[in-house]
Amino acid sequence: MTLRELVASWPVLRQLKGGDPRGDAAKSRRTARLRPRIRDADKVVDSVCPYCAVGCAQKVYVKDERVIQIEGDPKSPISRGRLCPKGSASLQLTTGSSRMHEVLYRRPYGTDWERLPLDRAMDMIADRMIAARRDGWVWEYEGRNVRHTLGIASLGGATLDNEENYLLKKLWTALGAVQIENQARI
Amino acid sequence: MAECHPVGFQWVMEAKARGAVVIHVDPRFTRTSALSDLHVPIRAGTDIAFLGGLIHHVLENEKYFREYVLAYTNAATIVREEFRDTEDLDGLFSGYDEEHRVYDPRSWQYAGSEMPAPSGEVDEEMLLMTETARVEAHGSGGPEVSGKIYTDETLQHPRCVFQILKRHFARYTPEMVEQICGVPRDLFDRVCEYLTGNSGPDRTTAIGYAVGWTQHTTGVQNIRAASILQSLLGNIGRPGGGILALRGHANIQGSTDIPALFDLLPAYIPMPHLGQNEGLAAYLEDEAASKGYWGKMSAYMVSLLKAWWGEHATADNDFCFDYLPRLTGNHSTYHTVLRQMEGVCKGYLLMGENPAAGSSNSRYERMGMANLDWLVVRDFSLIESATWWKDGPEIETGEMRTEDLRTEVFFLPAAAHTEKSGSFTNTDRLLQWRDQAVEPAGEARSDLWFVYHLGRLIRERLASSDDPMDLPIKHLTWDYPTEGTQAEPSAEAVLAEINGFGPGGRHLSSYDELADDGSTSCGCWIYCGVYADGVNQAARRKPGWEQDHVALEWGWAWPANRRILYNRASADPGGRPWSDRKAYLRWDAERGRWTGPDTPDFPPTLSPDHRPPPDATGPDALSGTDAFIMQADGRAWLYAPAGIVDGPLPAHYEPQESPSENPLYHYGRNPARELIQHPVNRYQPSDGKPGSELFPYVTTTYRLTEHHTVGGMSRWVPYLSELQPEFFCEVSPELAAERGLTHLGWATIVSARAVIEARVLVTERMTPLIVEGRPLHQIGLPYHWGRNGYSRGDSANELAHLSLDPNTHIQEVKAMACDIRPGRRPRGPAALELVEDYRRRAGITERTGMEI
Repeated sequence: MTLRELVASWPVLRQLKGGDPRGDAAKSRRTARLRPRIRDADKVVDSVCPYCAVGCAQKVYVKDERVIQIEGDPKSPISRGRLCPKGSASLQLTTGSSRMHEVLYRRPYGTDWERLPLDRAMDMIADRMIAARRDGWVWEYEGRNVRHTLGIASLGGATLDNEENYLLKKLWTALGAVQIENQARI
Repeated sequence: MAECHPVGFQWVMEAKARGAVVIHVDPRFTRTSALSDLHVPIRAGTDIAFLGGLIHHVLENEKYFREYVLAYTNAATIVREEFRDTEDLDGLFSGYDEEHRVYDPRSWQYAGSEMPAPSGEVDEEMLLMTETARVEAHGSGGPEVSGKIYTDETLQHPRCVFQILKRHFARYTPEMVEQICGVPRDLFDRVCEYLTGNSGPDRTTAIGYAVGWTQHTTGVQNIRAASILQSLLGNIGRPGGGILALRGHANIQGSTDIPALFDLLPAYIPMPHLGQNEGLAAYLEDEAASKGYWGKMSAYMVSLLKAWWGEHATADNDFCFDYLPRLTGNHSTYHTVLRQMEGVCKGYLLMGENPAAGSSNSRYERMGMANLDWLVVRDFSLIESATWWKDGPEIETGEMRTEDLRTEVFFLPAAAHTEKSGSFTNTDRLLQWRDQAVEPAGEARSDLWFVYHLGRLIRERLASSDDPMDLPIKHLTWDYPTEGTQAEPSAEAVLAEINGFGPGGRHLSSYDELADDGSTSCGCWIYCGVYADGVNQAARRKPGWEQDHVALEWGWAWPANRRILYNRASADPGGRPWSDRKAYLRWDAERGRWTGPDTPDFPPTLSPDHRPPPDATGPDALSGTDAFIMQADGRAWLYAPAGIVDGPLPAHYEPQESPSENPLYHYGRNPARELIQHPVNRYQPSDGKPGSELFPYVTTTYRLTEHHTVGGMSRWVPYLSELQPEFFCEVSPELAAERGLTHLGWATIVSARAVIEARVLVTERMTPLIVEGRPLHQIGLPYHWGRNGYSRGDSANELAHLSLDPNTHIQEVKAMACDIRPGRRPRGPAALELVEDYRRRAGITERTGMEI
C-alpha cells in the first residue's frame, strides 16, 4: 500500500469524501472486494420451487452447465422474491452430495445392491411390465368386458409435473392398467 | 400456514396489517398461532362439531347473507319426502344398508327428481359408485340432478333445504361444541362474533385449510361443513372469500387435474366401470349433466380419445371408447396393497413416493412390497421404500430375513426440478412453467424421460403382436420429439397435446371450441387454452409490479385463466357489485358483457335477466343468475342431494379410534367409513368400549417448516437436517407429569399396530382440553421421519391404521388414539411382544373397531 492509499483509507477521510458517509466508511477492504456469487453466471433460468404448492418463483443461476445458485424471483406476484427454509435449501437439494446418480439393482434374495447400466435396467423393466401385465390380464369379469390388468401398479409423488402425469396416465390406460395412484390420495 | 406455507402466509400478514382478524383453530400452538389474533385449541377430529356450531350460530341468530343465500344457494329447494336426517335416525341418514355398509342416496334427492324412488336395497351400481370413488369426478363441478326443481322462496317449507339445515344443526349448540371439541364457550363466542361481523355485502371472510382436513373418516364432510358456512355467509366467489385448500406438494392440484389416479381420466372425467359397456353414448348418458358446462362432456371425452388414439379413433369405432380399461371396484392405493399381498399385483412402480414410511400403517405397505416380483423406485436418494429389504423394521424384529425375500428391486435416480422442463399447478390452480437449467448428471433422468422411453420400449416389443389386448398400446399416439444429449422428450410438445388441437393442427384457445365429432383433440379439457396461439401461457412472467392485484399475466389458471371461481357471485343478481368495497365483476349493460379485473366465470355476454327456454341443455340452460355454473342446478349446495356417499349433510362422528364417546348420536362413527380387515391392520377399541382405556391419548400428525412430507426431499438435505435433526413428540407439561416424561428424554408411543420412540418436547404449546367434563391430552407427532438420510427417526405412520373416508379412500391419520410411556422402545422381537401385549390386554380381535 502506498502512502497515498494509506491516507485515503483512513476512515474519517473516507467518511468526509464519500457519497454515503456511513456505509462507505464502514466498509472493509474485504467487503469492497466481495462480488455476488451469481455475477459470473452464464445464464439465469426461470423455475418454480418444488416443495409446497404456494409455487414460489425461483431463478436458477447456471455457470459451465452447473447450477451455482437458486434464488427467489422478485417478479412473482405470489412470492415477491421470498423463499422459505426449504425453498432456500433447494440448491443443496438439487446439487448436494446425497443425490444418487447411478442405477442400482437388487436381485431376488440378494443381500446387497449391484450396479446396472440404465439401458439394461430399462430393457429389464419393459420386459417385466409386459409379462406382469399379461399375467394379470382380465378380459371379462362376471361375464362383462373389462379388458384390464391388475398385474402392475404405480404410485407417484405429487412433485411429478403435469406433463409427466399425463404421459403416465396415458401409457398406463393404454396398457389396460387401472392401479395408478398418487400422493394426491394420501 | 406460517409453518407449512410460510411464503403464502405473507399475504395473511398483509391482511392483518390492514385490519383483518386472523383466527387459528388447531390442536397445537404454532408459528401461525403466534401471529394470529386468536388461537383456538381443539380436539383433533372434531372439526364438524366446531363448524356445525358456527352454522348453528349463523342460522339461529339470522346472521346469514339472506339475499345471497336466496339468489345463489339451494336454501329454498325442496327435498324428497323420503329423506330422513341423522336427527331422525340417531346418526344415520335414510337409505343405509347395514349389510354393505353403504348408503342408497336416492332418498336424499330434490323433490321432483326423476330418479326412481328408493327401493331399500343397494344395487351394484351404488356399490360401484362408492368403490370407484365417483365423488372425485366432481373435482371441477357437481353431479347431475334431474327433474323439475321445486322451491319455497320464503324458506318456510318444512322440507326446504334451509329448514332441514336448521333442524340438522339444532343441537350443535355452544355447550355441545364445548363438550365435544373442548373449546370453552367464551372463546367460541369470540369466533362467532369475528366471523359473522366480517361477512356480508361489505366484508368477506376466507377459510384456509391444509390437506390434513381430508385425512379423516369424515374428510370430505369437513370441507362440506366449511362450504355450508361460507355459502350461508355469502363468502364464495367474492374477493377475500372462499375456502382455500393449502396444498402441501408442488403439484398435488395438478395430480388430480391430470390424474395419476385410478378413478379419473384427465379433467375429472370418470373412468368407466364394468357396468358401462354399452358404448360411448350410454356412458355419456350416465355421466354427463343436462345443465351447465358438464353438459358438454361428450366433446371433452371424444377430444381426449382423439388425443390418445389419433387417427384410429373414429365415429365408427366409438372413438376407441372400448380401449379404456374398466374399473371393477376399488383400485385405490391401499386396496392395491391387498392385491400385492394376494399375489395378484406383481410389479410396482414408485415415482417420487415413499410408502414404506409415508403411507398410513407403513408396515402394511412393506408387507405388500415383500410379496412383489419386482419393484421400481425412482427417487433422488435411497429412501426407505428402496431399502426395506435390507434394513426395514421387519428385518430388525426378525420377522423378515433379507435372504428370504424374493422381490427384485430397481433403483433409478430421478432428475430434479432444475433439470427438466414442465409445469406445476399450484394451490390456486395456477400453472407455472419451469425451464430446464441443466441436464441431469449420470444416469438421473426425468420421469417424463422414464415414462416416454418405457412406453417406446414396450411398443417396440409389441409392434408385431396381433393380440387384441395390445391394440390400444399399438395405436397409441406416442411420437414426441426428443431434445438434448439424453433424448429428453419435449415437455412443451406434451403440454401442446394437453391443450389440444383443432382442424389443421391449430392450437385451441378455449374448451368452448371442443367438439364431439372428432374434429378436435384435447388431453385435458380444463387446461385447454394453456397453449393458446402456440404460446406457452404457463411460462408468462410479467412482473407483479407491472400488473394489478389479480395479475392475469403471471402463469395461467384453469379454467380459462380465471383467478376466482364462481366470481359471478361477487355481483348481486342484477349484476351490480354487492358493495364498492368488495367490487369485482359487474354487468356492463351498455356493452352487454361482464367486466372486471378477472376472467368472468360465467358466459361473458349472458345478461343477469336472461332466463333460458325450458328445453335448453348444457351451458345454454344457465340463467343469468346461475352463478355456480358447474353445478347442475346452478346453485351452491348447502345440502348435497347427490354425489357424496356418506350423507347429504356433514354430521359429527368420532374418529375410528377415539378416547371419547359421541354425545350426539347412537351411531357414533361414520357409518359409511371404509375399513380394511387384515391381520396387520387391527383396530383398537374405541368409543368407551372395554380396552379403549389402554389408548387414552389423542395423537395427530403434522409437518414442520424445515421438512417436507416424509422427508425424501429434506432428510437428505444437510441444512434442513441440521435445523430439525430428529423425530420428536410434543406433549403438554401436564401430560409429561402424568406419564413421567422428561423434556429431551425419550418416549415410547404404542398403538395396536406398532411401537415407536421419539424425543420428548414438553411444551405449553400443547393445551390440555376438558372434553366431556374430563381432561384430555393430545400428542403431536411430526411425520417426516424414517430410518434413512441424515436426519433419522421412527416413522409416525407406523402407528396409524387404515380407516378411510368413503368418498376419497383417504386414511385417517389426523386423529388417532395411543398410549405413551417414558423411555426408549424395545428392540428386536421384544418390540413385537410389547404391541402384542397391548392387543391382548385390550382384547383386540379381528372384529374390534368394525362396529357400524
